[in-house]
Amino acid sequence: MFAVFTRLADLIAWNLLGLTPGSRLGEAVHFFIEDVTKIFFLLTVIVFLMGFLRAMIAPEKVRELVAGRSRFVSYPLAVMLGAVTPFCSCSSVPLFIGFLEAGIPLGVTMAFLIASPMINEVAVVLLGAIMGWKVAALYVIAGLTVGILGGLLIEALKLEKWVEDYVWQIRMGKVAAPKVDTSLTARLAFARAEVKEIVGRIWTFVLLGVAVGALLHGFVPASFFAQYAAGNPFAVPLAAVIGIPLYSNASGVIPIVESLIGKGLPIGTVLTLMMSVAAISLPEMIILRKVLKPQLIATFTAVLFVSFIIVGYLFNGLFT
Amino acid sequence: MKDIIVYGSDCTNCHNTKELIRQVAEALGVAADIREVTDTVEIMRAGVMSTPGVAVNGEVVHAGGVPTREAIEGWLKG
Repeated sequence: MFAVFTRLADLIAWNLLGLTPGSRLGEAVHFFIEDVTKIFFLLTVIVFLMGFLRAMIAPEKVRELVAGRSRFVSYPLAVMLGAVTPFCSCSSVPLFIGFLEAGIPLGVTMAFLIASPMINEVAVVLLGAIMGWKVAALYVIAGLTVGILGGLLIEALKLEKWVEDYVWQIRMGKVAAPKVDTSLTARLAFARAEVKEIVGRIWTFVLLGVAVGALLHGFVPASFFAQYAAGNPFAVPLAAVIGIPLYSNASGVIPIVESLIGKGLPIGTVLTLMMSVAAISLPEMIILRKVLKPQLIATFTAVLFVSFIIVGYLFNGLFT
Repeated sequence: MKDIIVYGSDCTNCHNTKELIRQVAEALGVAADIREVTDTVEIMRAGVMSTPGVAVNGEVVHAGGVPTREAIEGWLKG
């Protein structure tokens, strides 16, 4: 289906630049050209289509749907809706307060906030198109599991005391439900605006991800990973540790995932890295510091770290 | 005179929203007083959960994301 991008990379890397197939530099450059063209093409198409279909749901609606439900319903619902609810990271604070104010438990609210950056419809479709639907489905299941697990742990630890006190005092005004214009012209205008906004925001992450993927692909031999990562019992925690300080949009990690799976790394280890890179970001933590005390931020990071590792081992055990 | 408030916690999309409204108001020749509210408690009190949110003459007309030019024209003309 995407042979055209391989051919384009063949043409540029071998014919135009005169690189040798099989050489380190040649393979890295080939990977880079193929993935940059393929991913930006797919990204634009996917974001446009999702915008046109408005295949997304407003956080206000999520709040309404999740509030007052039993935990058996609210946890799965929160993580699933978190996956399809786009929101600007600057919205995290009002969203967090809005959820608590509606009586949604802290654990469920955190489950939503964990799932949201990790799984989004664009990254999932992109992952499916590039790595196949089995990997995409596994990633979704892994992300949902981490969201629920993380939320439940936070609930079990009773961390409400580490939410800033003023948060509990806030009473919200009547929530304004945004009106959505569903005419064809409005849909097209919205889809175009989404492409501009989303691609404009994440292109640096994607470019960087492709560059790292290309370097791994060309310069790190598969035997290196076979020796240090494939059979190493500590590879999963190591992947989680590496991912914590790194931050990228989920779509930006996909070329790295592609490269690592190509080198024979087990799926659980690779998914752990992807989740860890996408879910934990310093800017997000700084924003959430407005509503969470430092103890809760530290615990939140630790809880996620543990959840990534559990899910990584679980997937390695189940699927390799 | 339109009284416009952009609710948002000092983020890029919020600044873009304010700037776009200013541009559209200028293009249409509509007098508008555009303010930005960044205080979380005030944002919540207005009932805005997804920022940036926009209120025109005291009524919230938009929440979540930068509004389209067409939508802004609608508020300013209405």
